[in-house]
Amino acid sequence: MTETASRLPASRLGNPEVRALSKADIGLRRRYAAERRFRAYGLAAVTIAICFLLVLFGSIVSKGYTAFLQTRITMMVDFDPAIVAPDGDRSAAAVMSGNAFRFDDLIAASLQKTLEIDPNDEDGLYDALDLLSKGSAPMLRSMIANDPSLIGTKRTVDFYATGDVDAFIKGTIRADVPESQRLIKDKHIVLIDKLKQEGSLHLAFNTGLFTNGASTRPEMAGVGVALVGSLYMMLVVLVLSLPLGVAGSIYLEEFAPKNRWTDLIEVNINNLAAVPSIVYGLLGLAVFINFAHLPRSASLVGGLVLTLTTLPTIIITTRAALKAVPPSIREAGLGIGASKMQTVFHHVLPLAMPGVLTGTIIGLAHALGETAPLLMIGMKAFIVEYPATPFDPATALPTQIYMWATEPERAFTERTSAAIIILLVFLLAMNSIAIILRRAFERRW
Amino acid sequence: MGPLWLLALIAGLSFFGFVLGHWKSVVLSGKGRSTLAARPGYYGAYVLIWTALPALLILVALSIAKPLLVEHTVRANLPEQVLANPTQLSLEVSGVEQVAAGLKLASAEELENIRIGVVTARSVFARHGLPLGEDVKPYQLIAASALNLVADGLDTAVDIAVVAALAFGLIFAFVRIKPRLRARNLVENTILALLIGASSVAILTTIGIVLSLLFQALQFFSMVSPISFYFGTVWDPRFAAAGSSESGQFGFLPLFWGTIYISFFAMLVAVPIGLFSAVYMAEYATSRVRSVAKPLIEILAGIPTIVYGFFALTTVGPLVRDFVAVPLGLGNSGNNVITAGLVMGIMIIPYVSSLSDDIFTAVPRSLRDGSLALGATRSETMRQVILPAALPGVVGAVLLAMSRAIGETMIVVLAAGVAANASLNPFAEMTTITVKIVNQLTGDLEFTSPQTLVAFALGITLFVITLGLNVLALTIVRKYREQYE
Repeated sequence: MTETASRLPASRLGNPEVRALSKADIGLRRRYAAERRFRAYGLAAVTIAICFLLVLFGSIVSKGYTAFLQTRITMMVDFDPAIVAPDGDRSAAAVMSGNAFRFDDLIAASLQKTLEIDPNDEDGLYDALDLLSKGSAPMLRSMIANDPSLIGTKRTVDFYATGDVDAFIKGTIRADVPESQRLIKDKHIVLIDKLKQEGSLHLAFNTGLFTNGASTRPEMAGVGVALVGSLYMMLVVLVLSLPLGVAGSIYLEEFAPKNRWTDLIEVNINNLAAVPSIVYGLLGLAVFINFAHLPRSASLVGGLVLTLTTLPTIIITTRAALKAVPPSIREAGLGIGASKMQTVFHHVLPLAMPGVLTGTIIGLAHALGETAPLLMIGMKAFIVEYPATPFDPATALPTQIYMWATEPERAFTERTSAAIIILLVFLLAMNSIAIILRRAFERRW
Repeated sequence: MGPLWLLALIAGLSFFGFVLGHWKSVVLSGKGRSTLAARPGYYGAYVLIWTALPALLILVALSIAKPLLVEHTVRANLPEQVLANPTQLSLEVSGVEQVAAGLKLASAEELENIRIGVVTARSVFARHGLPLGEDVKPYQLIAASALNLVADGLDTAVDIAVVAALAFGLIFAFVRIKPRLRARNLVENTILALLIGASSVAILTTIGIVLSLLFQALQFFSMVSPISFYFGTVWDPRFAAAGSSESGQFGFLPLFWGTIYISFFAMLVAVPIGLFSAVYMAEYATSRVRSVAKPLIEILAGIPTIVYGFFALTTVGPLVRDFVAVPLGLGNSGNNVITAGLVMGIMIIPYVSSLSDDIFTAVPRSLRDGSLALGATRSETMRQVILPAALPGVVGAVLLAMSRAIGETMIVVLAAGVAANASLNPFAEMTTITVKIVNQLTGDLEFTSPQTLVAFALGITLFVITLGLNVLALTIVRKYREQYE
C-alpha cells in the first residue's frame, strides 16, 4: 500500500497516512505553493501593466477635460466710429493701422457700462480689465477689419477671460487660499461675482481650442494650425507611402527571385523598422532641408520624413496580407492564361486590399503621433496663420503638444492635456476604423 | 512654368496619349480585335508610359541638379576673401540667395537705380516686404544677379526639355503602334521596373541615412578628434555663435552613461512585467481574459511617446521628487533617471510581452505536453522546459526592446533633464544621446559649426548602436525559429 502511494495521482491521496508520506517524498505542498506564486506573479504583471495604462489615461483626462470648456465674458460693445475710425476712414487697412490702444478704449467703455464702474475710478477699471484676456483688443480689431460695417453699431461680443480667471471659475485656483498666495485677488472675485450675476460671465464650449493658432496667452492658444499641418502631413504620407509600399511589397512577395539582393532588401526593411525615429529626422534635416533647400517646418518635409518612417511598417503588413492570399488564386489565374502581372493586379491585390488598408491606417496612426523627427526639421515654430499649402510653415499636433508641455504656465498644462486627448481620440478613431475594416472584409481561406 | 504646372501638363498629355493609343489600336484592328497582339488598353498604356516617363525623369533629374548648380554659381561668383573663410560660407550663400530673391521683387527702374547707386538695395527690398539684416554688399549683388541668371536659365531649360520629351514620347509611341507590337509585354516590363524601384526605396533610405549622417559627422570629426569625442568625459559644447571658431568640449561618455543608465531602469521595469504577463497570457489566462488583456497591454505600444513624456513630466516626475527623492535627500529635481526609466519601461512592456508571447507559443506543443505528463506543474514546465527552450528568442526580444529604449527621444527630452552628469545617483538629472541631438539642433542652425554638426556624430553613433542590437536580436530570433521549424 505505502509503496504504491507515491505513484497515485494527487487527487486520490485521501488517506492521511498516505498523504503525509507522499508529501515527504515529492514536496507537493511546496510545489503547489510555488505554482500559485508563479501564477500570482503573472497575474500581478498583467494587472500592473493595465493599471499603468489606466493611470496614464486617468491622469491626462483628469488634467485635460476642463480645457474643453472655457470662461467667456459676454458684453455689449459699442463700435463707436469716433474711437474706431477717428479720421473717418473705415477701410480694413485703416482699422489695422493707427493707435492699437483705441480698441482697449472700446473694451473699457463696455466694461464700465456692464459693471457700472464710475468713469473716474481708474483703478476699478484696471481691475476689471485684468479679467479679460490681453488678446481681446487685437481680437476686436481683426473683427472690425473683417467686417467694417460693424462700425457705428452695437453688438454683443464674446471675450475670453484670462487663464487665471478661467482657472478660478473651474476651481483650480481656490478662494480659500490666503489672498497673497492667490493669482486672483479679492477685488477680482467681487467683479467676477458681479459679472456672473449679470450672466455675462459663463462657461462655454471651447471652440478656440480647435480653431486658434499659436499664442503666448494660454486662453487664446489652440491646435487649429497643428491640426491642419498634421492633416497635410497625413495626406503626403498617404499619397507617397501607400503606392510605394504596395509596389515594393508586390515585387518582394510576388516577383522577386530568391537571391542576395532581395535578401539584402529584406534585412534592410526589418532593420529600418527598428531604427530610432530621430535618425530619420536627421536624415530629413540633412537631405531635404540642408541639401534640397525645401522650406523648414513645412508640412511637405514633415510628410516626406514620416513617409520614410512608416514605409517599413506598411511594407511588412502588406507583405503579410499578400502572403495570406492562397496560392490557388494565383494558380487559377495563371491557369486560364492571365499573365503573372495580370494575376497579381486583377486577383491577388484586390483580395489583399483589406489587409493592406488596415496596415496603412495603422502606419498612419503611428506617423500621426511621431514627434522627434518633426522637431529635427523645425516643425515647432510659433505659427499663428493657417498654412494655405503644404509648402507653408506649420506645426503638427504632437509638436504643438511638445511646445505647450514645456510652457511653465498652469493654463498651458490644461491645454496640453486637452491636445493630447484630441490626439488620442484621432488615434483611437483610426485604429477603430482599421479594426472594423479587418472585421468586415477579412476572409478566412 | 512652375513644377506644378509641368506636372499637370505631363498628367494631361499622358492621359491624352492613353486615349490616342487606345483609339489607334482599335482602329487598326478593325472590327474583330483578334489581330492585335494585346488588348487595346495596353496600347494606351504604352503611349502613356512613353509620354510620361521620360518627361518625369528629366523633371526630377533637373530639379535635383538645380540647387547644386545654383550653389556652384554663387561660389564661383564670390570673391576670394569670402571663400577663404569656410565657416562663413553657408551664411554667405544664404545671404546671396536672399538678395537674389529681393532682386526679383524689384522693378526694372529700381534695379537701374540700385546699379548706379542712387538708392541702396536694402531700402528697395524693404519696400517690397523683404527686410534684410544688413546692407547689401557689392559682391553680393554680383553673385545674386548671376544666381538669378542661372536659375532663370535653368527654369527655361527645364520647361523646354520637359515639353520636348513629352512631344517626342507621345509621337514616337503613337507611330510605333502596330497590331503586332507586343504592347502588354512592354507595359508589364515597365511596371516590373517600377516595382523594383519601389522596393529599393528601403535600400536608398538606408544609404541616405548612412551617407548623410556620415558626411556631416566626418565634417565634425575634422574639427573635433574622434578620440576626444568618444573618450571625453566632459560635455560642454558652449553656445554656437554664428561664425565663432570657439568650440567647447564634446565628451560622449556622460551622454552614453545617461542613455545606458536610463535604459537599464527601463528594462528593470519592462522585462519582469513583460515576461510575466507573457507567461500568464500563454499559460494561465482563459481565452476571455486574454482577448481583453492582450489588446489593452498592446495599447501601451500605440500611445505616442510625447504622451508618455508629458505624463512623466507632470505626473510621475513630481511624485518621484516629492515622495522619494526629497525624503531620501538624494535630489530635488522632477527630471531624473528614475522617472524617465520608469515611464520608458511602461512604454516598452508590450514590446517585451508580445514578442515573448509569440516565442512561448512557438515552442513545440510536444515539449510542454511531455513535461506536464511527467507530473511537472505548469510553473515547473515553464521554468525548466519552455523558458530554456525559448531563451534565445527571449534574449532577442529583450535586445530589441533595449534598442527601442536607447533610441527613444520624447520621454527623455521631457523627463530626463539636460545636464550631462555621469553619476550613480538615480535621482540626479541626466541626459542622453537623443536629448542632446534635439538640443543641439534647436534654434539657428549653422551647418559649419561643431555645435550643430555634433548632432550628426551623435546620430550616427546612435544608429550604429541600435543597428548592432537589432541585427544581433534578429539573428538570434531567426536562428531560434529555424531550430523548431
